[in-house]
Amino acid sequence: MTEAPHAVLVVDDEPQLRHLLRTTLAAEGFRVVEAETARRALIEAASHKPDLVILDLGLPDADGGTVVSGIREWSTMPIVVLSARTDEQQKIAALDAGADDYVTKPFAVGELLARVRAALRRAARPADVAGPLRLGPVEIDLERRRASGPRGALHFTPIEYRLLAALACHRGAVATQRQLLREVWGPDHVDQPHYLRIYMKQLRDKIEPDPTRPRHLLTEIGVGYRLVSDPDPQSAA
Amino acid sequence: MDERRADPDAILARIEAEETRARRGKLKIFFGATAGVGKTYAMLEAARSKRAEGIGVVVGYVELHGRPETERLLEGLECIPHLAMRSGGATIREFDLDAALERKPALILVDELAHTNAEGSRHLKRWQDIEELRDAGIDVYTTVNVQHLESLNDVVAGITGARQQETVPDTVFESADEVELVDLGPDDLLQRLREGKVYVPERARIAIENFFRKGNLIALRELALRKTAERVDAAMERWRVAEAVSSPWLAGERVMVALGPRSDGENLVRAGKRLATALRAPWIVVYVETPDLIRLPESERNQRIAWLRMAETLGGEAVTLGGGVAADELVEYARARNVSRLMLGEPTRRGLRRMLRSSTVDRVLAGAAGIDVSVVKTTEAQRVARSPLLMRSRAYLAPSASGKRPWRPYLLAVLAVAVTTLVGVLSDPILNDTNTALIYLAGIVLAAWRFGRGPSVLVSLLSVLTFNFFFVEPRHTFSVADGQYLVSFAAMMAVGLLVGQLMSRVRLQAQVAGRRERRTSLLYAMTRELAATRSVESMARVAVRHISEVFDAQVLVLLPDQRRRLRMPSGRPEPASLREVDMSVAQWVQDNGRPAGLGTDTLPASSARYVPLAGTREGGPAMLGVLAVLPANVRRILLPEQAQLLDTFAAQLAVAIERAELSEHAQAAQVRAETESVRNSLLSSISHDMRTPLAVISGAASSLAETGSRLDPEARRELAQSIFDETKQMTQLVTNVLDMIRLESGNVPIRADWISLEEIVGAALNRLQQPLAAHLVEVDLAEAPALMRGDPVLLEQLLFNLLENAAKYTPNGSRVSVVAQREIGAIEVLVADDGPGFPADVDPTSLFDKFQRGRAEGVQGGVGLGLAICRAIARAHGGEIRAERIPAGGALFVVTLPATSESPVMSGEDES
Repeated sequence: MTEAPHAVLVVDDEPQLRHLLRTTLAAEGFRVVEAETARRALIEAASHKPDLVILDLGLPDADGGTVVSGIREWSTMPIVVLSARTDEQQKIAALDAGADDYVTKPFAVGELLARVRAALRRAARPADVAGPLRLGPVEIDLERRRASGPRGALHFTPIEYRLLAALACHRGAVATQRQLLREVWGPDHVDQPHYLRIYMKQLRDKIEPDPTRPRHLLTEIGVGYRLVSDPDPQSAA
Repeated sequence: MDERRADPDAILARIEAEETRARRGKLKIFFGATAGVGKTYAMLEAARSKRAEGIGVVVGYVELHGRPETERLLEGLECIPHLAMRSGGATIREFDLDAALERKPALILVDELAHTNAEGSRHLKRWQDIEELRDAGIDVYTTVNVQHLESLNDVVAGITGARQQETVPDTVFESADEVELVDLGPDDLLQRLREGKVYVPERARIAIENFFRKGNLIALRELALRKTAERVDAAMERWRVAEAVSSPWLAGERVMVALGPRSDGENLVRAGKRLATALRAPWIVVYVETPDLIRLPESERNQRIAWLRMAETLGGEAVTLGGGVAADELVEYARARNVSRLMLGEPTRRGLRRMLRSSTVDRVLAGAAGIDVSVVKTTEAQRVARSPLLMRSRAYLAPSASGKRPWRPYLLAVLAVAVTTLVGVLSDPILNDTNTALIYLAGIVLAAWRFGRGPSVLVSLLSVLTFNFFFVEPRHTFSVADGQYLVSFAAMMAVGLLVGQLMSRVRLQAQVAGRRERRTSLLYAMTRELAATRSVESMARVAVRHISEVFDAQVLVLLPDQRRRLRMPSGRPEPASLREVDMSVAQWVQDNGRPAGLGTDTLPASSARYVPLAGTREGGPAMLGVLAVLPANVRRILLPEQAQLLDTFAAQLAVAIERAELSEHAQAAQVRAETESVRNSLLSSISHDMRTPLAVISGAASSLAETGSRLDPEARRELAQSIFDETKQMTQLVTNVLDMIRLESGNVPIRADWISLEEIVGAALNRLQQPLAAHLVEVDLAEAPALMRGDPVLLEQLLFNLLENAAKYTPNGSRVSVVAQREIGAIEVLVADDGPGFPADVDPTSLFDKFQRGRAEGVQGGVGLGLAICRAIARAHGGEIRAERIPAGGALFVVTLPATSESPVMSGEDES
């Protein structure tokens, strides 16, 4: 789709992991820039202006979150975070600070590449959000607040529409609980996740054929939610 | 067998005694007949030669008495500065014990063993200071004169006519490692006195005229020589026993001294001590608390306890017995203890009374066949003079005014007579006066039964008078026409006195029994509660509650930490806890194992009594803590029975604490053993489960690296896939081990949040899409509440582990179901499958133990931590997990989570 190869900044203090990522990404046609500290990461990001950052949260000199907020001061370049499974809080902090997505270590390279491509696509086509949302047999027009399912028209409440819009905003990536609560209910409600639980259940009941095994409104336990729409090639990955 | 081989017990006793001595500082006493024989001089000379040998010598305290040649010897010796104490306006120099303990020299010189410390010092007496120095491992040189020895106190008083106020217990003297007699003939001593070498001239003149008369000096010198010889004899005896030299051992000699109602106990105790020393026999002082003795005034009874204490300081064993008849108790006890010689005071009853009621001495003589009985006669002078030790004991035992109203029974007695008279007058027309006399008699018996001895005498007397006045002709006079009535009067008097006497005896015995029973029941109450208590801290609380109630006191139990420093108990104090505790006194008690404070000889100015809790630790004696008691009324502790009772309570508490510590140790040992076994099984389990995937990975990777180019693409893909699969296996393994460690260490915070079970199950199933792809999964969460409290990450992990097990242990096509059930106060999540179920030889409950697997090691990997993690998570949520067999086949896991009745506040949405 683009002539020039995408540049990816890999920030990790482990040389083996950097080596793995460099080899894999280069094989996929990416241009790779490396940094091993948070300080170097900010410098490299500013000088090379990469198309995407892969950031390990466990850096020796600073919390990964500071790198995220440092970059977000001047750029909206997609950031994909690497983190250990047990560090939910660190992960959430990075996502709240503006990271786009995360991959839990140890990861399969295929999953990482899918996330990277999805993030790049989102960055390239921001207007895509406005288009109709296709979730299986359900089609939702967020602009006009109209929806149809396999059994005719679907009715959503205003908050449900707002929640769907917020999820669609992060389509394919993770939206943290705080982000969703702030965007839908306002900053006073960021510590009341039960609103989110109830409305997510309502949405699933209306959208998912089997709400206990959702295919579109996925739960990222302890972190937030991820909306996966049909034309998204990621679900095939 | 060699008959003359040393008795092993005796050798053991000697070794033990030597070991105790080795740890303690050695005591050398420079012993003299009187002042001025040159003890201090000899001590300083000995110290100088020690210093010449290179031993660190420090002078703690030396009394110079202005003697220049002594002062010269002090030159060049390190002296500990004296402590200036204020006493009654004057400043007194005192030995600074704490400075000496701080300095901790090898050898210290402390003059005048018998010295009484100034008020406000830690100990009453200097010998106690010296004991503490020796406990700290410091050798001590000291001096003492023969007249200061407690057991010789009265003898010296008899010789010189002056009673020595400052005395040293014989036990201290006998515990000395070495006694050096500093001897000087009487003529030489008098010469030295006249030359002013002992006292300044005018004091010397007075001294020569009084104490230092030649006769006195000769007698005192003889006493000192004899005392020294006795010691040498004892040392010789010890050596004989040790070396099995056949000895003229006075086999089985044991002296018993019986304290009676007479106030001559002090002399009896001393006489007993002297006899015991002469026989080199152990000795016991016994006090039989008969009803008669309980009736004695408080001060007298306290005095007997003081005698018992004196006996203890003289090295005897003090025993209190209870019983009705002293003589019987004494003989029985003497037999039980194999006593060979029994010493009694002279009988209290004389003449006619002795003929009517045999005295204790007579009864003992009649009963004690085979025991030598000696009766000690005391002179009036000896009885009046009291040893300073006793004076001290009595000072704080002064009786207080009785709170009862002693005149009440007398008033009632008079009333009884009035009633009897009224009845007599009213029934006079019907009854003849013989029957009236019987009414009176009934009144007398009743009154005697009810009010005791004194009032019964009064009732008898009044009855006789009123009967005479109102009913005997001529009436309304006290004269008697018919002599017959005199017999009636006499009978009435006799009956009244007899019944009163009998009743008072019965009542006293009941009182004694009642008191004893009360003590026992109080003690039993505490012991019972202690037995039901596990931790030492709660035991301390139980003890505080009981002891404070019994003694009407504020109480505190202080327990030592690892470094044997006492610390205040943590947590909320009991209402009766002692708030202001003197930690320095308590620590002293802890370190020295002796009681201190109120009513003791150590720091008696303290308002509370500090009792050590003595027990054993690691086979040796140890202080388990200190019991501090501050009574509202000091008599609650100073009374002999109460003091005994307190000691008993302390002993019970110590036993309980010891038991608790033992069981704590046993538990800790068990935990250690378990940890050890867990570690071992972890190691063996991990080494197996890690080696296999590592072998696969390294094999596959090496063939890819070395021969990769020659392999066809399909083979390469397969090798890479196996590396990937094995890595996933190992990742799972490492994750589980880490999770378990985190959960076990207890520092995984439960992030309780409002969660939806549906989401949790959904997320777990989503993660297991691949393994469960060929299974039939059914989910029914209709009964689950929309929201519940829990940690979403941990609960997802729990369900993931259960579902992964189901996927792993059931064949493709099996049914796996997740069902929620609402129970009372709980939500149950059931995870079931219709697979093969648990093997027959596996107990489902044991599955949750670490490193358990349903099947022996085989194709399925995993360390067997998955279910242990599930249980840890369920329990962290206040829930539980169990496994069951499904009769039709298959396994069932039930997770029970507590249901919350509350629900989050939510503002509704306006439909628009």
